[in-house]
Amino acid sequence: MALLSVKDISVTIGKLNLLDGVAFDIGAGEILGLVGESGSGKSLTAMCVMGLLPRIGGRITEGSIIFDGREMIGLPEVELRHLRGKRIALISQNPMTSLDPIIRIGAQIDQVSTLHLGLSAEAAKARSLDLIAQLRIPEPEAIHGAYPHQLSGGMKQRIVIAMALAADPDLIVADEPTTALDVTIQAQIIQIMVELVRDRGLALMLITHDMGVVAQACDRVVVLYAGRVAETNTVEAIFAEPHHPYTRELIRCIPRLGQAPGSLKGIPGAVPSVVDYPAGCRFNSRCGAAEDLCRNTVPALERKTSGLAACHFSEV
Amino acid sequence: MISFFIKRLLLLIPVFLAVSMVIFMIVHLVPGDPIDNLVQINSTPEQKAALAAKYGLDKPLYQQYAIWLGKALSGDLGDAIILRRPVVDLIALNLPHSLALGALALAFSTVVGIGAGALAAIYKDSLIDRTTMTLILLGSTVPGFWLGLLLIMLFAVQLGWFPVSGARSWDALVLPVLTVGLGGVALVARVTRVAMMETARKDFVMMLHAKGVPPWQIELRHVLRHALLPVVTILSLRIGWILGGAVTVEFVFARPGLGSLLITSLNQRDYPVVQGSLLMLAIAVMLGTLLGDVVQAAMDPRVRERIK
Repeated sequence: MALLSVKDISVTIGKLNLLDGVAFDIGAGEILGLVGESGSGKSLTAMCVMGLLPRIGGRITEGSIIFDGREMIGLPEVELRHLRGKRIALISQNPMTSLDPIIRIGAQIDQVSTLHLGLSAEAAKARSLDLIAQLRIPEPEAIHGAYPHQLSGGMKQRIVIAMALAADPDLIVADEPTTALDVTIQAQIIQIMVELVRDRGLALMLITHDMGVVAQACDRVVVLYAGRVAETNTVEAIFAEPHHPYTRELIRCIPRLGQAPGSLKGIPGAVPSVVDYPAGCRFNSRCGAAEDLCRNTVPALERKTSGLAACHFSEV
Repeated sequence: MISFFIKRLLLLIPVFLAVSMVIFMIVHLVPGDPIDNLVQINSTPEQKAALAAKYGLDKPLYQQYAIWLGKALSGDLGDAIILRRPVVDLIALNLPHSLALGALALAFSTVVGIGAGALAAIYKDSLIDRTTMTLILLGSTVPGFWLGLLLIMLFAVQLGWFPVSGARSWDALVLPVLTVGLGGVALVARVTRVAMMETARKDFVMMLHAKGVPPWQIELRHVLRHALLPVVTILSLRIGWILGGAVTVEFVFARPGLGSLLITSLNQRDYPVVQGSLLMLAIAVMLGTLLGDVVQAAMDPRVRERIK
């Protein structure tokens, strides 16, 4: 049975329908990549899984989220709080703003294990020091007593990862964990994170817009486009045989060594705005093969040779 | 931290010199001659000149300033012209009353203001928030002297709980402290509320929720702590104001104090007393700012970093 099962959730904020029937599973110990351009609903999905949607004024109108056999939607805030940090942890997008600037680094990591594991102050500190060392940060003791502004962005993101691991969760939601960092350390951070997650057998929902990161780190991929799932498959299969034209475009956009200068092109057009999603398949405005059927009828997410895709014309 | 303190203290020296110069000059720019208040009608110009010479008022201004500053620094603020006593004695007589009123009023506005502001922010848009903010709006628009009169009517005249005026016993302090303090409550509560609501929108607060930290802990240990930084600034600016600006309240309650001393001597053109009390107030303002800086540095590691 899946550890987390997101079943056809639709989300609104105000009058905007931002997610439309998004569905996917994450098995225990599995690393799932959630890809898509900005505005496709990746971060919103993360908020749903964390049970934090009401904090940004959103509402799940349909569907269900089952975590470890329990329905999360409608769970009282107190019980959600015992899941958050303890069983489902978040690694946020921007490490620069994710730590409380006037509280020592150590205290912010200790907080998680004292809160959820009931550790004493000394035990929590020992645990935090161990975690800091596992994230390959030199001089854990000094870092434990430092303030966030004394650390670089990469260091801060490692601290946020340590915070996420502090209460031994079952699932980690990483929302574009390297977007705010220098390119030179992005790969390093992903590598450390994936290593620690694999070592512990944790499940990871890795949100990214970088297919390169997906290829490097994930077991399975969910491709989101404009609030709907376009395609989902294992990493090997999706790179070998993408069924959805959007997935093909995403893969085409990965820069390769030895590529002729000027030959790297983006996907033409942009993700349509939520206020004027086209009827039918939402990708039809950017799809080279779109026909009348695509402009009128919403394609269902169907089983293909392997995986699922929502395209009328993908070869079965 | 200690080097920061010393650095800030040294920085106050030029400020002190500039302020003392302004204080010295202002009095000389005000029309009116204290000698006129001293001599009898029909005195001869010679008698006037003799008096002016006695008090050094015939010397050029810069000399008068140098003499005054030199003596002030050695603790001699001269003798009052009208009251005929050393200015230092007059200040020593009045300052304790101002300090007691100011310190208690400041403590009252800090505790009640932060409490009210935090409640309003935590229960944002609820009945608690609206009630608090309405009371606070009322409190900040009612002038101190009128509020003082209302409090006297209710608590002193009708209920007879506290004395109407004077400073003879501790309970005579209650109504003046309330009067001065309530204005501060309004200010502190508004700053606390806005600062807390602003902090609540920051990413790290969302992260705290994601860590499963209970909401009351987030509000008190994290959000309120951030909100106190601007509150400290406001309070430190208010120290000088409370010491000298409570003058109307001092008049309403017929209390001695630095403010009343200043206004009385200003009316009588008693230069040395005016200068002396203004100087004391200026020092209070400077020490208030210094205190605010030190507290802020103690609370915020980023401020400490900037100092180095």
